[in-house]
Amino acid sequence: MSTQPDLLYSEEEEALRGAVRDLLTDHCDAAGVLARAETDTPHDLSLWKALADGMGLAGLLVPEDRGGQGATHREAAVVLEELGRAVAPVPYLTSAVVATEALLACDGDTVGQELLGDLASARKTGALAVGLHTAAGGAFTSVRAENGTLSGTVTGVADAAVADVLLVPADDGGLYAVDADAAAITPQTSLDLTRPLAEVRLDAAPGRRIGDAGPAVRRALRAGAGLLASEQLGLADWTLTETVRYLKDRKQFNRPVGGFQALKHRLARLWLEVVNLRAAARAAADALATGADTDVSVAVAQAYAAPAAVHAAEEALQLHGGIGMTWEHPVHLYLKRAKADSIAYGTAGAHREALAELVDLRAP
Amino acid sequence: MTDASELRRRTREFLAAHPPAATGRLDFLRARFDAGLAWVHFPEGLGGLGAPRALQAVVDAELEAAGAPDNDPRRIGIGLGMAAPTILQYGTEEQKRRFLKPLWTGEEVWCQLFSEPGAGSDLAALGTRAVREGDDWVVNGQKVWTSSAHVARWAILIARTDPDVPKHKGITYFLCDMTDPGVEVRPLRQITGEAEFNEVFLTDVRIPDSHRLGEVGDGWRVAQTTLNNERVAIGGMRLPREGGMIGPVSRTWRERPELRTHELHQRLLKLWVDAEVARLTGERLRQQLVAGQPGPEGAGMKLGFARLNQEISGLEVELLGAEGLLYDDWTMRRPEKVDFTGREAGYRYLRAKGNSIEGGTSEVLLNIVAERVLGLPAEPRTDKDVAWKDLAR
Repeated sequence: MSTQPDLLYSEEEEALRGAVRDLLTDHCDAAGVLARAETDTPHDLSLWKALADGMGLAGLLVPEDRGGQGATHREAAVVLEELGRAVAPVPYLTSAVVATEALLACDGDTVGQELLGDLASARKTGALAVGLHTAAGGAFTSVRAENGTLSGTVTGVADAAVADVLLVPADDGGLYAVDADAAAITPQTSLDLTRPLAEVRLDAAPGRRIGDAGPAVRRALRAGAGLLASEQLGLADWTLTETVRYLKDRKQFNRPVGGFQALKHRLARLWLEVVNLRAAARAAADALATGADTDVSVAVAQAYAAPAAVHAAEEALQLHGGIGMTWEHPVHLYLKRAKADSIAYGTAGAHREALAELVDLRAP
Repeated sequence: MTDASELRRRTREFLAAHPPAATGRLDFLRARFDAGLAWVHFPEGLGGLGAPRALQAVVDAELEAAGAPDNDPRRIGIGLGMAAPTILQYGTEEQKRRFLKPLWTGEEVWCQLFSEPGAGSDLAALGTRAVREGDDWVVNGQKVWTSSAHVARWAILIARTDPDVPKHKGITYFLCDMTDPGVEVRPLRQITGEAEFNEVFLTDVRIPDSHRLGEVGDGWRVAQTTLNNERVAIGGMRLPREGGMIGPVSRTWRERPELRTHELHQRLLKLWVDAEVARLTGERLRQQLVAGQPGPEGAGMKLGFARLNQEISGLEVELLGAEGLLYDDWTMRRPEKVDFTGREAGYRYLRAKGNSIEGGTSEVLLNIVAERVLGLPAEPRTDKDVAWKDLAR
């Protein structure tokens, strides 16, 4: 605790934000996201290609000598803020953060390292075959390893539908790389339309053991939870900004609705929560980047971010009135993402329980 | 340009010339002021070196390591946090030279004569009158909620000098001598049992025009500097993890396992997270200021701080159970300094109730955030173009 985390954005980080936002403004408007969500292909793969390959963002967390950009979690967090603001249906968090972190943990295996390069350069997209609700350190499903093949079913795997390679924990303690073509991947009807889940079924599928599942999964889920806070910041920031804009414009009783004190105070409180959320999210990103105080920073960020993002989306819906309840208005995309995010990589309650141990405030 | 290494060198030279162990406390503080090491962002000759504010930490660390005495900032918070920045911004050269040094060393304690019985959130409606008589102003009125008035040598005062113009325009800012025979300070007992603050009656108090701060009629603008600094001072203290109100209850939780319940555990963990995030927000605000990118975040710091202090101290009383039914001491006292976390849980609980009132109520601060940060429409105003004397009261 002697040194404080760097909670600001550098000039380079702001430049990166500007570039990502420009791309999303041009290629990821709410109407398009909504229209796509109702098709069989809810993911926007051309946007993903532009981000991951065109801008080189898939490899931010991977060192240059292993085929990546050699940046840090701080930059990845900025990308996630912008993706959250746009509820962009791309597998950035699941492939460029979570699957990538799992592969970074398997640094003793050549196939694993080759895959890491493939993910970093966006030649392939990866998914960790663990239910999205799982917290770092929490229990997860392992498939059966037998005679060099894998069999079993994992449900609730985010973005599996667009993965080329699955990273699958097995009951022998190994983490296996499985070609997506060798698995039966069935989309599940998901609360979050823009980060859909799928069931992954393996029936004597060939897999390559690339490392130990325990440490790789833990590392991946911790990074996922920590950087998810930045996505939640993006969601909350968009919902607040959009609600303020709407309430300045919307008139009832011959005056802007945003002039009523009851609503002004609610919006001011939301703004405070977003300000707090930004500090917590930056602290988690910086802690992941530096390795200092990481477990506590991630747990604090997720314990705060999950309810804050949900609150922002719920307030946005209520303050929009009837229009907020319509399918046509994008606020429901943010509500669904925020609510799903509040379960993803562990609920706020799970992170508070982790903190009870980490900071020695133990249960009765 | 003064950088960190230059400041460190200066501080060490100063310490060599004035070894703390062999120098009287007041002599040390006066010499530190003269050396420009009091507040390095102030100008040379006024206790500073015109250096970036962030570099004060370099000086403080050197001094602390050498065991140097400090100026007991909690005793003189109003002077340091509110009077000094206002005098620096609006004072004449003579005023700055006269007042800043004894303010900083603590030889002269300051208090703030702003609020009145009829002017709380609507501070600009204040009715204390100042009338010009020759070279003096003659002041009559009543002020209230005045912390430290009973130990103060000087006060920052705002009074009405022109009742015939709208309320914001007829106010003037003064530096008031608290030893004037027309100043009467009466303790105002609080719900904690003690009288941290006072009511102050001003009867024909004479203030020389040379103790006016800023132009006649410009007092409202001058007061904004004071009030903005007050909110930063209340909400913006730098804290380590578990600094502030969450510290005592966390320690009690660890040391007294027999008090724990599952329900309290859930609430404690939530508040611990909120307190840690509020601390990070304060830290981020400071980093923005140091980097020269001040954001609007400061406007909200006190809001969060007040709510947290109240909820945490309420939880602490409940955690104590049977002991929470007791109180350390209701004796009427007049403390010389403010300490929100001092004394026991019951005191902390009661004192924290003031956090959402002092320095601007939370309700007014929410309006300020909504209007100035979010740009939402202002409250309807009926007093803008009305002379002060014609306002409803």
